[in-house]
Amino acid sequence: MDTKAPRTIVALGLEGSANKLGIGIVKHVYPSGISSDCELSPEYVELANVRDTYNPPAGEGFLPRDVAVHHRSTIITLIRQAFEEAKIGPQDLDCICYTKGPGMGAPLQSVALVARTLSQIWDVPLVGVNHCVGHIEMGRAITGAQNPVVLYVSGGNTQVIAYSQQTYRIFGETLDIAIGNCLDRFARVLMLPNDPSPGYNIEQYARRGSKFIELPYTVKGMDVSFSGILSFIEKMAKTEADKYSPEDLCYSLQETMFAMLVEITERAMAHIGATEVLVVGGVGCNVRLQEMMGQMAQERGGKVFATDMRYCIDNGIMIAQAGALAFARNFTTSIEDSWITQRFRTDQVHVEWRV
Amino acid sequence: MDLTMAEQELIRQGAEARVYKTVTNGRVVVAKQRFSKSYRHPDLDAKLTRGRLNQEARSLKRCKEHGICVPDVIRVDKNSATLFIEFISGPTLKEWILANDSEDQEKKLMATVGRILYNMHSFDIIHGDLTTSNMILDNSNQLVLIDFGLSQISTSIEDKAVDLYVLERAFISTHPNSERLFATVLEAYADSEASHLILRRLEDVRQRGRKRDMSG
Repeated sequence: MDTKAPRTIVALGLEGSANKLGIGIVKHVYPSGISSDCELSPEYVELANVRDTYNPPAGEGFLPRDVAVHHRSTIITLIRQAFEEAKIGPQDLDCICYTKGPGMGAPLQSVALVARTLSQIWDVPLVGVNHCVGHIEMGRAITGAQNPVVLYVSGGNTQVIAYSQQTYRIFGETLDIAIGNCLDRFARVLMLPNDPSPGYNIEQYARRGSKFIELPYTVKGMDVSFSGILSFIEKMAKTEADKYSPEDLCYSLQETMFAMLVEITERAMAHIGATEVLVVGGVGCNVRLQEMMGQMAQERGGKVFATDMRYCIDNGIMIAQAGALAFARNFTTSIEDSWITQRFRTDQVHVEWRV
Repeated sequence: MDLTMAEQELIRQGAEARVYKTVTNGRVVVAKQRFSKSYRHPDLDAKLTRGRLNQEARSLKRCKEHGICVPDVIRVDKNSATLFIEFISGPTLKEWILANDSEDQEKKLMATVGRILYNMHSFDIIHGDLTTSNMILDNSNQLVLIDFGLSQISTSIEDKAVDLYVLERAFISTHPNSERLFATVLEAYADSEASHLILRRLEDVRQRGRKRDMSG
């Protein structure tokens, strides 16, 4: 391949691993071509980033079956909308990227099916993408963080990640449930609405809280555990509702859990000597978490990077972003291999586009 | 016995403590001063700082009583949240592994780690933050455990298994040949009846991480 001629890659990204269906289109420009031995950092042009969220009624969580129905009935409209916004057509695509995992089986499957079909109709190669790596690459592209320690916090994941030797290594993670899962489940106990998201509503309640209630705090090395704190506070909310206000409970829950996250992130930073930290994933748009992380980073002479709701909540463009980078290194997924998997660890991906 | 700049040397700035080397009464000591974290609620901060200061001193003493090599505790100063302990000179296990090129030596030392950890667990001491940076090979080639700030006393099999899991993860993220290293550690750890339940639980803890539904 001639590495001197300019090259562009236009990628469509389809994401539906949980209750958000996201479609994104990204254009990567390599003004002097793609060289084979250096880190890829193309100019990033966002062409479209649209999303539709399935929200169950207050007090309920989302079931994979219902989410899959939502994705199936919405995806074609949303893809059309993305193309209109991008002002391009299928003929302009270089690859179609879809979430291979991790996530919920039925929703992943319904989106993969559409990706596979479009790939064959339009004769455009497929690229299967790891959802977590999508979050990391999106965060790097938007914030310009070079080599940060990554805190990935969402409904299904809680991981402290650092890059080394073409792998996003997991330094610390939850030993039981994810932080977002813990927040969602507590929101259900308080019967907070699921719109726009349970975590957002907990954050609003927490802002009005002021009394700090002591809760279990469990950090083991660079790992954390949230199941103890959840059962503890659930019991408080149910049996001593007259003693503690929902606002104070939300406030104390956030203060305690976020302190645990900041602590393990800082431990990882000290361990590898990093000064930058990047927060990604749905819980990453919590302003209080960003603020606490910022204070920690500042005390270490470093900096925190975070993105807003367009990018930290699950979206299609992050799948396009990570997929386009892999595609630039000639990675594609054949139709036979275009299956999905509920479990796909961040450290299983060979990060060929970095050195 | 306040610390002044003239007589102390900062040897490590960790995530939650500054570690100084200093001399008191003609003895080289380490002063580990925990500092307050502005990001966390003052009540939580005070509780963690106080709790970890005391727990570290308590666990060190307990280890000492049971013949597990750790630094001597000299003094706890609650006002400044400082723990004064004996200074141990020598490379950390991490440094030693990275510099070592004899597989034989390595095997021997990893087996020692396994035996020490089993011994520690048999006295219900959970370290809480086992890494290859928290073990020092001293001048007489003894392996000395340090950094007991996250430790606890527990009889629970789960706590002991998680303790090993934390070390395994530290190996994986720090050492390229982690699998071989950690296998030797576990082999030596398993060299007793009571360890089997713990190792079986370790398998569960690992699976929990691998099999967790990670949607969202």
